Amino acid sequence: MEILVCIKQVPDTAEVKIDPVTNTLIRQGVPSIVNPFDKNALEAALQLKDKHGGKVTVISMGPPQAKEALRECLAMGADNAILVSDRAFGGSDTLATSYTLAATIRKIGTYDLIFCGKQAIDGDTAQVGPEIAEHLGIAQITYVAKIEVNGDTVSVEREYEEGYGVIEGKLPLLISVVKSINEPRYPTIKGTMKANRAEIPVWTMADLDVDEQKLGLKGSPTQVRRIFTPPQRTEGVIIQKDTAWESVAVLIQKLSDAKII
Amino acid sequence: MNFELTKEQEDIRSMIRDFAEKSVAPTAAERDEKEYFPREIFDQMGELGILGLPYPEEYGGAGSDFLSYAMAVEEISRVCASTGIGLSVHVSLCSWPIFHYGTEEQKQKFLRPLAEGTKLGAFGLTEPNAGTDASAATTTAVKDGDHYILNGAKIFNTNGGEAEIEVIFASTDKAAGLKGMSAFIVEKGTPGLSFGKKEVKMGIRSSVQREVFMKDCRIPAANLLGKEGQGFKIAMTALDGGRIGVAAQSLGIAQGALEQAIKYSKERVQFGKPISSNQAIAFKIADMAAKVEGARLLVYRAAYHKSHHLPYSKEAAMAKLVASDAAMSVTTDAVQIFGGYGYTREYPVERMMRDAKITQIYEGTNEVQRMVISGAVLR
Repeated sequence: MEILVCIKQVPDTAEVKIDPVTNTLIRQGVPSIVNPFDKNALEAALQLKDKHGGKVTVISMGPPQAKEALRECLAMGADNAILVSDRAFGGSDTLATSYTLAATIRKIGTYDLIFCGKQAIDGDTAQVGPEIAEHLGIAQITYVAKIEVNGDTVSVEREYEEGYGVIEGKLPLLISVVKSINEPRYPTIKGTMKANRAEIPVWTMADLDVDEQKLGLKGSPTQVRRIFTPPQRTEGVIIQKDTAWESVAVLIQKLSDAKII
Repeated sequence: MNFELTKEQEDIRSMIRDFAEKSVAPTAAERDEKEYFPREIFDQMGELGILGLPYPEEYGGAGSDFLSYAMAVEEISRVCASTGIGLSVHVSLCSWPIFHYGTEEQKQKFLRPLAEGTKLGAFGLTEPNAGTDASAATTTAVKDGDHYILNGAKIFNTNGGEAEIEVIFASTDKAAGLKGMSAFIVEKGTPGLSFGKKEVKMGIRSSVQREVFMKDCRIPAANLLGKEGQGFKIAMTALDGGRIGVAAQSLGIAQGALEQAIKYSKERVQFGKPISSNQAIAFKIADMAAKVEGARLLVYRAAYHKSHHLPYSKEAAMAKLVASDAAMSVTTDAVQIFGGYGYTREYPVERMMRDAKITQIYEGTNEVQRMVISGAVLR
């Protein structure tokens, strides 16, 4: 099975401090890590490889230092890594990013499954994975918490807030995974040493069949107006009287006071 | 002079730190309390390649070096000194003599599973009446055709009873004294080999030290390590390397205690301010930090010497002496900084202080280290 995993190098948000004056993130000196959900995606891919055989290729679009994140994936057991990097990609929003990654995947050519993390912890959009599938014209299943592959049929459990749904799909397929799907493995010492010596190819704009107008800032229609922390949801009120009858009476009183009924 | 680690050494360190924090630290206090030996952690270290870190890939190792290995022992001991010593004994005292003195056949048969981590190693030298004075050992080995028959008892055998492979020392020629001592590879399950009581200890309580008994224990003559009469030399050179392991363990304990003390002193408020703003505390922490860094340089240098095939006996003895004294003093100071809380099992520093004491005693007491060092510098 040919499996591709899309990963992003992100600042370790657990280490990010907020500037008390400007209220912005202080990124300086913050270590970069592989986006945690992408590690779950890689682990899911490695588990399928362990079970069914095949090859796992990790791809990332980012600046040259994103090679470090790819090396970590190689250390965990990925077979190949490709960095897609070009000044022309700078300033990409999710549309331009997914367009570029889709072009990269087309150039790779063969694949059965594409894995992504459900979202990146810095942007939190959860858009790149689904958009890649749209660009490639293949099916996608997002928020996946369990996967089984039988021949060319993939059966998954998709996580919802209130439970999960069981969905089946045919290869090729793009899957985005949630944290609960697995516990990413540690890199081994040998893997770490091998990853250190690995040559990671860098593909630039010239390597891809792309329309320059759709890349980077030019290809990014998204305008960021404002970034803010959403208000905390307040805790619900629990009405617990001695009997259900009394509780209902209190509830009706509250709803009617609030002019809801 | 270059004080920088290679990228590879840095990556190995960060990988092991991650493993130590997520898979070793969470159970350290409970294992100490219950004197529980965590074979599952050793199995996991085996899978990750930590148990064969410095040995070549052709013998199942990871093909790294002794500095990376010392950093591995340091990182593991930073959160759990018990696991650290188990690792050190496995790599330095059991695997290394087989790697250095073993035949190709012995390396494939015994070093490979040790380095791959499917088997655990131990080292049997100390006897009830032969501690520092190894010449007083009474265990004997008598050749009988294709076998040696071992009789005697060992004590304080780290990993004893848990390990599948032991390197055990016995006399093949009583009259020759130390020159009559030989080293043998003994497998668990060999008839006549049994294990006695597990020591109940002040510290490193999640590591095991057991009595080992050999009663007409027949082992194949092919399990003789090196030559007859070479045992004492094998033991001493293995212990030279083992000292780097114990020095790294000491360094890890001290580093762990220092970090705990720094964190606590910034959080603990008395008289309206964090106690770290009192010079009495801040200066203590400065001294602790300086001791840790001093020890680190000696430990890394000794490991560097071993990696680069330079003489390391004196360097290892200095590293072990300074690092173990640093561990004892830094952990004691850490408990002092924590005050009453530090004396309780609510916090890890009392465990670190209990664990530190043994580092001044085993793998050659610090008095023996001074003998080694003075012998080298007064020569």
